Amino acid sequence: MASGKTLTIGIMDAPYESANSTTALRVIDAALKKGHNVNVFTYEGAVNLTMKGQQPHPNPVKGTSVEQEQHPTTKDWVASLFNLASARGVKLDWVNCGLCVDERGAGDWIDGPRRGGPKDFLDASVASDATLVIPTK
Amino acid sequence: MAKYLLIESRDPFDSSDSEYFCELVEGISNRGNEVILFLVQNAVFPLRSGSKHNDLIDKLLKNKVKVLADNFSLKERAIKRPLDGVEVVDMGRIVDLLLEPGTKAIWH
Repeated sequence: MASGKTLTIGIMDAPYESANSTTALRVIDAALKKGHNVNVFTYEGAVNLTMKGQQPHPNPVKGTSVEQEQHPTTKDWVASLFNLASARGVKLDWVNCGLCVDERGAGDWIDGPRRGGPKDFLDASVASDATLVIPTK
Repeated sequence: MAKYLLIESRDPFDSSDSEYFCELVEGISNRGNEVILFLVQNAVFPLRSGSKHNDLIDKLLKNKVKVLADNFSLKERAIKRPLDGVEVVDMGRIVDLLLEPGTKAIWH
């Protein structure tokens, strides 16, 4: 059941580089499961989290296939968060920083996120019950 | 009196500023504020019994800082029994704390 509360999270780390990404996605997952709306603002390398072209890979060193590796991709995790929000009747508003996207050529993303800018983050923070910024190291 | 949720993600073995962060936690607490320290990711390493950094956390506990540890991070690092006085929590608890009115959250 929707709580009516909203949490805003800022993320900066690029995928596959830091445990920060996993933790951020866990916070979002927990908030959605508790019925809260969540705003996400991705900045710098974090705009790559939702890139549609991400592909799982085999491990040639171990000789294992894609299926055996079950390599997770952040775009699939984020897609599952959108599905979770829909199932719980709450809102996940995911904004990728447009300038960061353009710098990285990272504009081809999965369904759900939208393009925005730092002002969106400020507006979301002001309108939210809480804000958490997870910066890069 | 303000309420703080301070989140430490770094390990004092590889980030010397982790000790400074603990000093910040202690300082805020000593000024009469309500402080909760949440340890996540590699920041749970000092909770392993026998770690040379056990005293960092012990000192905070003695200063009435509430110390929480992420269950997932502990499990990933095979820390089955953290230091006495540390509460093991899931991420839902952290979401609850973040949304408590007036709470200031700082990630390190």
